Order: sequence, then structure tokens, then C-alpha cells
Amino acid sequence: MNDMIEIRWHGRGGQGAKTASQLLADAAFMAGKYVQSFPEYGPERSGAPITAYNRISAERCSVHSNIYEPDYVAVVDETLLESVDVCSGIKEGGAVIINSSKSPEELRPQLRGYTGRVCTIDAREISLRNLGAYFPNTPMLAAVVAVSECVEREQFLADMEGSYRHKFAKKPQVVEGNLKCLREAMSEVQG
Amino acid sequence: MSIRERLSGNEAIATAMRQVNPDVFAMFPITPSTEIPQYYAQYVADGRVDTEFITVESEHSSLSACLGAEAAGARAVTATSSAGLSYMNEVLYVAGSLRLPVVMAVACRALTGPININHDYSDSMAERDSGFIQIYAENNQEAYDNFLQAHRIAEHPDVRLPLMVCEDGFITSHAIENIELEEDDAVKAFVGEYHPEHYLLKKENPLAVGPYGVSGYYMEARVAQAQAMKNAKAVILDVAADFEKTFGRKYGFFEAYKMEDAEVAMLIMGSCAGTARAAVDELRSKGVKAGVIKLRVFRPFPGEELAAVLSHCKAVAVMDKSEGFSACGGPLFAETAGALFNSKERPLMIDVVFGLGGRDFTVTAAKSVFDRLVWIAENGVVDELYTHMGQRE
Repeated sequence: MNDMIEIRWHGRGGQGAKTASQLLADAAFMAGKYVQSFPEYGPERSGAPITAYNRISAERCSVHSNIYEPDYVAVVDETLLESVDVCSGIKEGGAVIINSSKSPEELRPQLRGYTGRVCTIDAREISLRNLGAYFPNTPMLAAVVAVSECVEREQFLADMEGSYRHKFAKKPQVVEGNLKCLREAMSEVQG
Repeated sequence: MSIRERLSGNEAIATAMRQVNPDVFAMFPITPSTEIPQYYAQYVADGRVDTEFITVESEHSSLSACLGAEAAGARAVTATSSAGLSYMNEVLYVAGSLRLPVVMAVACRALTGPININHDYSDSMAERDSGFIQIYAENNQEAYDNFLQAHRIAEHPDVRLPLMVCEDGFITSHAIENIELEEDDAVKAFVGEYHPEHYLLKKENPLAVGPYGVSGYYMEARVAQAQAMKNAKAVILDVAADFEKTFGRKYGFFEAYKMEDAEVAMLIMGSCAGTARAAVDELRSKGVKAGVIKLRVFRPFPGEELAAVLSHCKAVAVMDKSEGFSACGGPLFAETAGALFNSKERPLMIDVVFGLGGRDFTVTAAKSVFDRLVWIAENGVVDELYTHMGQRE
């Protein structure tokens, strides 16, 4: 399946990398795709490195192994760069998307010789600016969609708005902040 | 009309349970099956079901509570994994011998030790002789569909046996994938209501449940139970045929993929079957006549049917995702070899124990097994009968 996009998420237990992978699956599902979202569980300790995965395709994917050669890698916590070879196996033409206030050029020396595309997104700043608290998943999700183009932008934003209006039916005031997070992350992603 | 959704295996099974709306759900939590009662508790709280939801202090008790309910003529379900299933061991045999058709979801997980929460079939294979029917799923869709068929198989008057609907822990239970759900009313019409002929509280026909079986009676009871397991084969196929007519998805004892002219084949269960099919597609494009059989029904074991489809192959790998410590192969291998023993034609066969405790099984790994089979087929000799794969040396 040439049209299949494979994504690997790196985060720390409790930061929501698994949730981010589920949100991406939701977005792709709403766009009519076949999706897989699955976590890789080790010892479930808050703060320990965890991995989650997505496959997104036009037809159902029957493979149920982990992903070793992803198209894209999303890193929710940049401190993982010290201990995890996050860029391992990234396909040619792919990219790594890192949650950081630094530029791609500043981070590249930490990427163990990886020569492919590096993107950064300051999810903390965008989240604090729009939601008043640190929820990295929403900006990360938008950055991954913007870089991978696994879902068409306008459809993604329209579907997410519908989803937020349903999910936050009793808290409509948070809908706009989340939507701004998505839009601003899509335009502010570097690299 | 089917409903397009995306759910984890656990939520798919919980949804099937909600649609069946059984009389009793007795639960004790254990990873990775815990979400099933967790979702169900929400359905109870939201008033979407009128099930008696009983929280008990152990798995031994959860299955015992189900047996009490079933003996009283009610429809009862539970869910468990790993050590929880082991802790039910005594009660599993009671369920089978009392002929009480409790339906249980098992999110299969390794047994200790070392302690491990990930997938293999150590737990369900250890209970293969308990008298439960065992049906395995490749993904969330099959877990859901198998659950919709479960009660009709288990409760059939020719069968009346308990049944496990097995999904792969985490790989299926916690993976979100697309799924086609059926409408509540259509499911209820398909599953039907449960009106057993005999039950404890039927005043016109009082019944003793669980009496002592002296030597003069015990064997007759066991033979009747063995006959019920044989009878289950026809019922499983009948229910699958009606399921296909009603909902359009086809099921049997196993799914044969590109087996018509296969020279080398793999017999495998659960989520790894899809990975093996991807390997077959790659090998077929290079001219290798490879095929896969995904075993869905392990109990009753479809020995004759498997022998018929495997006998023409040159070399077959049986993939055991549990280690039985027999020192001569895993449980799936032993049964498959036994099934083929009296065939006039039969392939050379190897057992590969793999994937223990969640060790990943990749397309590359599947291809390496087929490479071995091609060598065996060409040389007409088995290199090594019983091996392990994927471990560090």
C-alpha cells in the first residue's frame, strides 16, 4: 500500500503521546481513512519514555507489528532526544516533528547524524497563549497534520471544530482556544 | 445498515455486550481486559442496559457468580486475562461440566514469569482442556463479530457449553481501528433471547446442579460433554452462515489465504495472521507459492478440515504463540500434527514458538519463516522440528 502513512510518537508516560496518536486517528477517520492507533506498553510509570503508533491508509491495513521505518516521527518531549534515538528508521522524504522552542538547526546536532527533514513546534507557548495551560497534544496534532499532509488542512480544521463542539458542548468557551491552537500550530511549525 | 466507527478491541467487545444486554455481568479487573467492564459500567450508569452488574473480589468469584446466574436460567458474561483466567481454572471446568453457556471475553496475555502484561496465548492455551469453546479474533472487527455469534453457539441445545471470545491483549484490545458496527435492534434480533429448557429455578421441572458423580455416572457425563464439543462444530458453521446472511461478513473454523496452490504455508492465530498475509503478498509477487491459514476456532479443534487444506502442501510452519514446555513443541503444533497423522498425503511440518510476552512479529519475521519452509520443501527434510524465533541469543 503505497499511500499508507506510518507515524511513530515518542513521549513520556502521562504526557499524552498515546492520546495524541488517538486524536490523529480520529482526524484521519473523520476524513474517511482507515486508521490504526496503538500504544507500545512497557512498565507503566509516569515520566518513563513511551511509544505510540499510527497507520493511516485508504484500505484496511492488516499488519499489526510495531513501526520501525516510519514516514514521520512526533516527539512530544524534547528531553527524550538525550536518551532515545527518535529518528531511527525514518524513511527518505519523511520528517521528525519536535515539540521545542528551538529551531530545527539548533536541534539537529542532537539527532545522532539524522540528515532528513527536521520540524519544530513550540507547543508549550501556543498552548499557554490560547488555553492558559500546557496541553501539548493539540498543537502537536496540528503540526503533524501540517507536515505529513495525512489529512487535508481545511477538512481537518472543519472536522476538529465539529468534534470540539460536540466534546465541549457544556464548555463552549474552550472550543475557540483549541481551534486557535490548531490554526496557529499549522502556521507556526518550522522546518 | 452497518455503522462506520473506530474502536479498540475492548470497546468493540463492550459494545457487543451492551447490544446483547445480558442478565448478569460479574467482573473483577485485570490488564488488559479491564476496559471491557469499565465501558460496561458506564453503560449501566447511563441506563443503556439493565444488566445486573456484580463487582466481586476475584476472578474465581466472577466466574462462579456467572455460573450461579446461568444455573438459574440467566444469560451471564464476564471478561478476564492472564492470571485472572488461571485463577478461574477450577471454575472453568465446573462451567463446562455443568453445561452452562457463560460467554467470557479473554484479552489474551502472557502468564508469569517474568511478570508481563503483553500478548501471547499462555493464558488461553493453558485452559484448552477446560471444556470451553475457544474462538480467536484477528482484530477488533472479528472480536465484535465473534461475540455476536457467541451466545447462539454456546446456548444451542446441541451444545450448551461455555465459550471464550479471545482477542490479543494490547495488540487488539488497545488498538483503535476502523470497525463496522451493526444496529442494536439487528444484533438483538440475531442473538435472540435465552430461554433454556432446564434451569435451577424452573418449578415445573426442578433440577439438581452440580451433584457428586460416582464412578458409575462420571464417565457418561464426560462422554456427553465430549459429544457436545463435537456437536459445536456444526453449530459454529450454522451460526456463521446465518451471520454472513444477516451482516455480510464470512466466518468459518479458519480463514485460508492463497492456499489453493500453496506449497509452503503457515498456520497462525490472531493479529499476527494479518502480518503473515502481508508477507505472503510480497512472496507471491516473487513467485513463491505461499499461503496462510488463520485459525479462528481452536476448541472444538477442526482437525479434519485443517488436514484437508494442509495435506497438499510441501512444508508447513505451525506458529505457536505460547510455550507449552513439552520439550517437543507448542500446543497448536501437537494438535495439528495429530490431525494430519492419518492423512495419506501430508507436508513436512515445523513448530515455531514466537511472540512470547509481546515480542513483536513483523513482516520480515514472517518472511524468514517462509524462507525456511522453501528450503525444507526443496530439500525434503526438516532442518529442526521445534524452534523459538525472535529471542536474543
